[in-house]
Formats: sequence, structure tokens, C-alpha cells
Amino acid sequence: MAGVSDEELKNMTQEERVTALGMRTDQLTGLAMRIEFDPDEVERFEYPWAPEVDFNKRTELDVDDMTSTEVNQKIRALMQEGYGTIVIKNPRGKHSLGVGILTRLRLIFEGSLGYFGVGLIDGPNVTINGRVGWSCGENMLAGTIVVEKNAGSTFGAAIRGGDLVSRGSVGSRTGIDQKGGTILVGGDTGALTGFMMQRGRMVICGNAGKNLGDSMYDGTIYIGGEIQSLGVDAVPAELTDLDKAWLTRKLTQYGLMPDKGVDHFQKIVAGRQLWNYDNLEPSEKKIIL
Amino acid sequence: MCGIAGLIHKGASSNVGGEMTAMLQALKHRGPDSTGYAVYGEPTQGDYVMRVKVAEAEDMATGRGIHKLIEDRIAEVETILAEHDVRIKSREAPTEYSLRYVLTHGGDITEMAAQIEEAEGVEILSMGAGLELIKDLGDAADVAGLYGLNNFQGTHGIGHTRMATESDVDIRSAHPYWAFPYSDVSVVHNGQITNYWLMRRDLERKGHRFMSDCDSELLAVYTAHNLSNGISLEDSLRSSIEEIDGVFTYLVATKDQLGMAKDTMAAKPLVLYESDDLIAMASEEVAIRAILPHEIDTTDPYDEEVRVWQA
Repeated sequence: MAGVSDEELKNMTQEERVTALGMRTDQLTGLAMRIEFDPDEVERFEYPWAPEVDFNKRTELDVDDMTSTEVNQKIRALMQEGYGTIVIKNPRGKHSLGVGILTRLRLIFEGSLGYFGVGLIDGPNVTINGRVGWSCGENMLAGTIVVEKNAGSTFGAAIRGGDLVSRGSVGSRTGIDQKGGTILVGGDTGALTGFMMQRGRMVICGNAGKNLGDSMYDGTIYIGGEIQSLGVDAVPAELTDLDKAWLTRKLTQYGLMPDKGVDHFQKIVAGRQLWNYDNLEPSEKKIIL
Repeated sequence: MCGIAGLIHKGASSNVGGEMTAMLQALKHRGPDSTGYAVYGEPTQGDYVMRVKVAEAEDMATGRGIHKLIEDRIAEVETILAEHDVRIKSREAPTEYSLRYVLTHGGDITEMAAQIEEAEGVEILSMGAGLELIKDLGDAADVAGLYGLNNFQGTHGIGHTRMATESDVDIRSAHPYWAFPYSDVSVVHNGQITNYWLMRRDLERKGHRFMSDCDSELLAVYTAHNLSNGISLEDSLRSSIEEIDGVFTYLVATKDQLGMAKDTMAAKPLVLYESDDLIAMASEEVAIRAILPHEIDTTDPYDEEVRVWQA
């Protein structure tokens, strides 16, 4: 048992021992993992261990001869020194750059990223003046990512929050397993976009490939162009004034507003035919009956 | 996982060998088991370039007997060549087990090629007027160094870094595959073919030969079958999406064309760069960046996409 010696266990009460050995059920529900924010504090949106950074402190980093690991370690070292604006030069398609940054930061990439670019982030504002490969912004929690050019497949896979923007076209399976946040695409998207999407919004200004919104549980897809085909249980819905106002605001914010406005957008939601949440598993039925 | 790469210069020759090496070396992390090239030089008028392997790289460690065996196999190959009135213009041996012949032969090569491959342990890696097909164990730098590819001049080429998932780590199962017996056609593939045995049995009934158990070889044989029936490369690529099951992205090169096809799920990656004089594509952008230092625009081809470019 990590962190607890036999000697310590012997001196504990039964109650303490249970907690120390991790046998509490509330740990399984995630309650014990929660970071409590003090309601009296006006602003505490950062992790307690996050470094203090100043947006006005700017630095440039040429990463041509560095490995992905070295680049990510260097970014962290610079943040510890208080740099709040970091410009990365010559990323040249390297994978996994800028991942796992959990605090505010202005991160600018002058070039293109490979796979899993700036995934798992919670807070930074990222600009990529090039293209990204597969799974950009994968699992991001908060912040913004703006990609100036095209993106690869699984753009924003399992994204949970924040805004993820590509001004160009993106590959297949965009926003697969999306659980929140917003994905904005200036161009087209490939097949199986929004596959098993669960929450959040996706805006595609161009066309979509086949099986759009396949098996989506919930969430909303707005699409400006043509849909090759809708996936299982993805159905069109009425575009309300509220939707239009939101689209106008969001698209204007990132300079993606189409010339003809937002009235032509189609709205796709889950048909809820695949919702079987109340059905019992065979083993559960046995207990009840 | 495997990495594939291809490039084609429009109407111009370039250091294709060096460029392919840079691209494949950048893809090394996708497959360190073996590396292969199919590069296309200036076509030799009336001559064939034949690349033959007479043993596996791993056989070389089996003892002294292998050297005698190799000599016997080479003698047998050359006897068959002589029987078909083929004149050997030159013979090089970059490694003990792989040879490069330049041959003068006017007639049909199919029967001759079939006879050569009947010899135990002998496989023709490629035959063609411009095609040079090289594959061996190790990364791109190793193979390019061993076979002197770093300064190879040509118009186009395809390459592959292999992570063996469906068959053994040996030269037999390495890519690219030559579309036997169709001269100057080669294939590299990233993916898995799930109706391999059905398709293989079908093609074997039609008289085609398979040298390995690697599913990618099917694409080469399939392409050869279509091309020999007068079907264009583009139509063959298109029909493969219908007829072949599984996940795949593959590239086909002919003496003056480069084609790509992506399966219906778009499950295997490809990044494409197109300009007026150069088209380059690879599994990952990092490979294209290895040969183009300046800022470029790249795209991901979509599902069921088929493209063919002319040199």
C-alpha cells in the first residue's frame, strides 16, 4: 500500500485504516478527487500548483533540433520563470507539442503540428499558424485553440470544454466522443463527424461527409453546407432564434462569419431512439425479479 | 502501424533517393522493422532492371553453408536468363543476398520471371525499365546507406517503413511489393485487409502467384491483375475500395504515374501536399516537412478518395 506502513496501520482506528487503504466508496464516486474552491474567494480558477505567469512577458523558442519531450519540458520551465506568452518556432509537424498545460498561457506556434497537438489542456489560449495532424485538442478541458489552416482526423476527440477552431477543412471523425465545449470548422469535414457525441456544440461552415452525427447521444451540430448523409439516430431540428444569435456571436468572435449569414445553417441533434438508459442488464433483472 | 510516403516531380528529375530517405527516416517511429523503396529513374531504352533476392537477411547468420547456397542460386538464375536469350549487361551485388541486373531482352518476361522464382529461395523484387525496388531490414538510413540510394536521381518514388503486424519480420514480407509480372508497378500499403484469404484464393485461381503471407502483397497482385486486363490505374484504385475489405491507405506507382486510394472508413492516415511541380504525401506531416523546410499547405484526403498524378 503506497504511503502507509504496517506500523502506521497498527496504530490507527478501524475508521482511519479504511480510509488509508482506499476502501471508501466515496472515492469511487470521485468525490474525494474533487478540488474544493472556496466560495468566498472572488477568483480562484487555477490549480493551486499552477505557476504565476505574466502575459506581457514574452519569449520565443526555436524547436527545430528538439524532441517533443524536450519542447514540452522547456515550455514548463519557461512558465515557471513567469513567461505568459511563448512563441514556438519551427514545430515542423512534431507530435504531442504543448500537451497537458493546466494554466493560463498564450501559446503561439509558428508552423504546423503533428498528432495530438495541444491535447489535455485546461486554460491556455493557443494559436497555430499552420496545420495540425490527427487528434488536435484531444480531451481539452478549457481554453481556446485556433488553427489557421487545415486539421487532420479526430479533431477535438473527447473534448470537454473550451473553443477549438480550424479555419480550414478537417479530416474524418471530427469531435468523436465530444463531451462539451465548442468545435468550429471554417471549411469541410469528413465522414463520421460527431460520432458518439455526448454534449457540446459543433459548427461546420462547409460540407460534411457521410454518417454525420452517427450514434450521437446528445449535443448539437450546426452545418452550413451540404450533408452527404446523416448517421444512425441523427435528426434535423429547427434552427431557433436563440441558435442563430449564438451562431452569430460565436462565428463573429473567430472571424468565421459566412457572407450569407447564419440563416442557411441546419441543426442536427440526437433522435433519442438509442437511449436505453432505463433498461436493465440481464444480471440486474435477476436481482429484481 | 506502418508509415508510407510517396512523391512525384512533374516533368523534372530530382534526388528522389535522398528525398525518400529523409521522408522515411522521419516516419521511423511508425515502423522500425524494415524499410523499402520503389524509386523510378530515367527509363532505360530496351533494357530491364531486375532486382533479385536469393536469401533472407537473417539466413546469413545460419553458417558457412549459406554462402555456397547463394552462389548456387545465383548460378541458377543466370542459367535461366541464358536459356531465355537474355544478355546480362551488368550485375551488381549491394549485399551478398541481393543483386541488381541490367538485362537486354526483347520478348515476354512473364515466363522467364516465373521460372526464376521456381528456384528455391529466389524472389524477384522488381523488374522494369525505370523501377528500382529496394527493401531490407533496418531504418531508412541503414537501407539507403547499404544500397547507395542517397543520390538516386529520378522522377518519383514510394516508400514504406514497416511495423510487422500480420506476418514475419523479413524481406519477403517487407514493402514495397512489385506487381508481378507487370513491369514498373509497385505498391506500398498501411492497414489490414480482412478479406485477404478470399481475395487471395480468387486471384490464385486466376493464375497469380503469392510469395509471402503479408496481406499487403494482395494489393500488388490485385493491381497487376487489373492493369494486365487493360483497366486503368485510376479505375483499379476505385474498384479496390469496393472489393477489398479492411482499413487501408495505399499508394501505387507505375513508370509515369503515382496513385493513392483510401478505404471507406478513412481509418488510416495520409497527408497530402500539392504544388505545380511537386506532389508529396506521407502518413504524417512530419515526413513532408523533412523535405520542404518552407511553409506549405497540406490536406488530409477523405474517405474513398482516389487520386492519380502524372509525372
